[in-house]
Amino acid sequence: MNIGDNFPAKLPEGPIANKWTSYKDHINLVNPANKRLIDVIVVGTGLAGGSAAATLAELGYNVKAFCFQDSPRRAHSIAAQGGINAAKNYQGDGDSVYRLFYDTVKGGDYRSREENVYRLAEVSANIIDQCVAQGVPFAREYGGLLDNRSFGGVLVSRTFYAKGQTGQQLLLGAYSAMNRQISRGKIKMYNRHEMVELVMVDGKARGIIARDLVTGELERHSAHAVVIASGGYGNVFFLSTNAMGSNVSATWKIHKKGAWFANPCYTQIHPTCIPVSGDHQSKLTLMSESLRNDGRIWVPKKKEDVEAIRAGKLKPTQIAEEDRDYYLERRYPAFGNLVPRDVASRAAKERCDAGFGVNATGEAVYLDFAAAIERYGKEQAHIKGMDENDMDLVRSLGKEVIKTKYGNLFQMYEKIVDDNPYETPMMIYPAVHYTMGGTWVDYNLMSTIPGCFVIGEANFSDHGANRLGASALMQGLADGYFVLPYTIGDYLASDIRTGKIPTDSKEFDEAEKSVRDQLEKLINNKGTKSVDYFHKKLGKVMWDKVGMARNAKGLKEAIDEIKAIREEFYKDVKIPGSINEYNEELAKAGRVADFLELGELFAKDALHREESCGGHFREEFQTPEGEAKRDPKFQYVAAWEYKGEPSKAVLHKEELKYENIEVKERSYK
Amino acid sequence: MDLKLKIWRQKNASDKGKMVNYDMKNVSPDMSFLEMLDVLNNELIEKGEEPVAFDHDCREGICGMCSLQINGRPHGPDTAITTCQLHMRKFKDGDTIYIEPFRSKAFPVIKDLIVDRSSFDRIQHAGGYISVNTSGNTQDANAIPVNKDDADKAFDAATCIGCGACVAACKNSSAMLFVSAKVSQFALLPQGQIERKTRAENMVAQMDAEGFGACTNTGACAAECPKEISLTNIARLNREFLKSKFG
Repeated sequence: MNIGDNFPAKLPEGPIANKWTSYKDHINLVNPANKRLIDVIVVGTGLAGGSAAATLAELGYNVKAFCFQDSPRRAHSIAAQGGINAAKNYQGDGDSVYRLFYDTVKGGDYRSREENVYRLAEVSANIIDQCVAQGVPFAREYGGLLDNRSFGGVLVSRTFYAKGQTGQQLLLGAYSAMNRQISRGKIKMYNRHEMVELVMVDGKARGIIARDLVTGELERHSAHAVVIASGGYGNVFFLSTNAMGSNVSATWKIHKKGAWFANPCYTQIHPTCIPVSGDHQSKLTLMSESLRNDGRIWVPKKKEDVEAIRAGKLKPTQIAEEDRDYYLERRYPAFGNLVPRDVASRAAKERCDAGFGVNATGEAVYLDFAAAIERYGKEQAHIKGMDENDMDLVRSLGKEVIKTKYGNLFQMYEKIVDDNPYETPMMIYPAVHYTMGGTWVDYNLMSTIPGCFVIGEANFSDHGANRLGASALMQGLADGYFVLPYTIGDYLASDIRTGKIPTDSKEFDEAEKSVRDQLEKLINNKGTKSVDYFHKKLGKVMWDKVGMARNAKGLKEAIDEIKAIREEFYKDVKIPGSINEYNEELAKAGRVADFLELGELFAKDALHREESCGGHFREEFQTPEGEAKRDPKFQYVAAWEYKGEPSKAVLHKEELKYENIEVKERSYK
Repeated sequence: MDLKLKIWRQKNASDKGKMVNYDMKNVSPDMSFLEMLDVLNNELIEKGEEPVAFDHDCREGICGMCSLQINGRPHGPDTAITTCQLHMRKFKDGDTIYIEPFRSKAFPVIKDLIVDRSSFDRIQHAGGYISVNTSGNTQDANAIPVNKDDADKAFDAATCIGCGACVAACKNSSAMLFVSAKVSQFALLPQGQIERKTRAENMVAQMDAEGFGACTNTGACAAECPKEISLTNIARLNREFLKSKFG
């Protein structure tokens, strides 16, 4: 069945460049006086949720915002490092809305919706204007104008940045916009609260059950619409670059209530992360893609050099230039070290699987800044009229330049690894970073549950099978500042006479009871193992069999194994303490219970998609050169409907049409 | 390596609380400090005891959620990092480590090592923003050129992660470094000029209302700040505040 049959994606007609403008001109609006009569719940306060909450409140809606952290400023968008894309063409290097649209669709391996991506590219320029007006301190050139850099998979410089802390600065911008509305009383903020259930009345989303994480109490909150902005589900792998608390629970709860979950298997494995150091590891740390502007990735050409390095007998700096394999530059001369993330990750895995990994576990490659330090150093020496042949001087000048560009990243690396990346190459390896899949939404960003909207990383809409660098920040803010605030009005226009939604209804009673039952079941389970034990076990299955390369045999095994871990979890998990108190283990148990269901659907989706595309690589479907091989049969969004358990999920296909871009072999050679 | 931990345990806000001893064996120097606590907690859970509650989230030094007073210093013995970035290689076999919550009247304890820092949020509500609508109908970003030096200084101030180490380090529990970082960011940018006076005045008033102490220019805050926010920001806040009163 195609989604178009029952659940219209509401894609506007007409030429692509006019679709959004003309759509906005014709959707329903809510007048300012009536907005005061409407309540909206926003779950999550990252770039998408924070910007949405602020804008909705500014428009006049009564907003209740929820985050599980102790402050909205801590949402994991804060950790985004490298930058945000926008089609400003400030560099005059040929950028345009169309080119950003084109790069994003191609980067997503032709698995995203043209309409959504074009809209994203169109509003991108506005985001920069907005953020600058809010006082976000982007990097600037000496003339006082904004600076740009380049990211993977594109041939222009369209990335705006604030050192390696762009996410932090943008999130603090959204947080400040929220604070303005909190002080006006238009946003009521609930810190340390977790959404634990969606409440539906007459088939519509009308509220949530939230748990106060400090007192453990369950609370009822009603609204005319519920916006989910809870981020991605990369923590299903246990080890990822996500924050410890990042979870799938909000989107999984709505999935179980009827919201279709799209393309769960599309996961981004980021090529440049700090490698795993031991069993105690709790998370992985990203080294921004921006480093690939200046860092060159390599492994030794000779196996004996690899052995010597692993044995500590040889240092990477001692390996001669001709004995190094700059494999990205070799395989992809046009894009070199700046190929998209999926391509770079698979290439690293290929070299390491072939035995060229440079650390004890054999799972690391070098990211080397020596050439950039020398190049910048010479440039500086020339500008300052100093001796360009004095290599000590050149290197020290070059290091200063690298420090101003990436200082915090280098410091972060040194603190974790205890190695100085100015002197010796960084060691990196791919790690789970971002999930392109998520709740299926229409052009209005509404899920298949009326009144339940999903924005940011939590939805599936804009990145297809692979996200380009610096596009997540763009999408989060586009959805929250400029898309949802318009499209939600189209739905809420029919709610102006509804009045306050009561919380003493049987629907709220039932939702609260189901949550209480689950909490009691967990806390009274007299098991023997901690929540982490099961989470790690799940993560290992996911990484080994549903990770960077997948095949039918492994995926089938994974499905059975995940089911078994889930059963074991409910039999043997042990949670200390009680319900009505601060109890992190209990909160974690609820999240892991949801991951144990999502993991199975994830593997099922990966098994059904008998092609390779973007971040989804099936070993059975590759070109002779080892590149991903798409199949036109699968040019659709796989949206799964919940039917009691993950194995029974029903597949709905939304066919993807490309009218403005020619679908081609995706090549970066 | 083997360690002796002395950890503050407090069931909830009304409990009196006390230090409790724990022995840790076979700690790897490559572990982060919080991973060491994870291991302790999993041992406690499997023994049927309550794990130690502590705040943490991103574990890469940017969200500002983790805290902890370790051997008397906020975020522990290393400089320019948060607790989650601290690694066990900074300690020696046989060490005794004291682990306490950040202490300040304005940061009441919630449980064990977790404190309530919502006073920081309330200071931000009082003026930590530029009153511009998020409609997107602003002028082109490059229509507001900013001198690179000012832009860089504003950025340096804006890197504050709101963790509260400055308060925990200060003998007066002053929040001046935190407040000055926000006030400075906007005071240095053209966009922040319109509300410059009211911002300094309102944020300082809220800081005082929350029960933070006065600044006596000791500089412990800047020494312990994981983002190395400079004391010059406090000097700037003082100037901004005086200008708002008498300027």
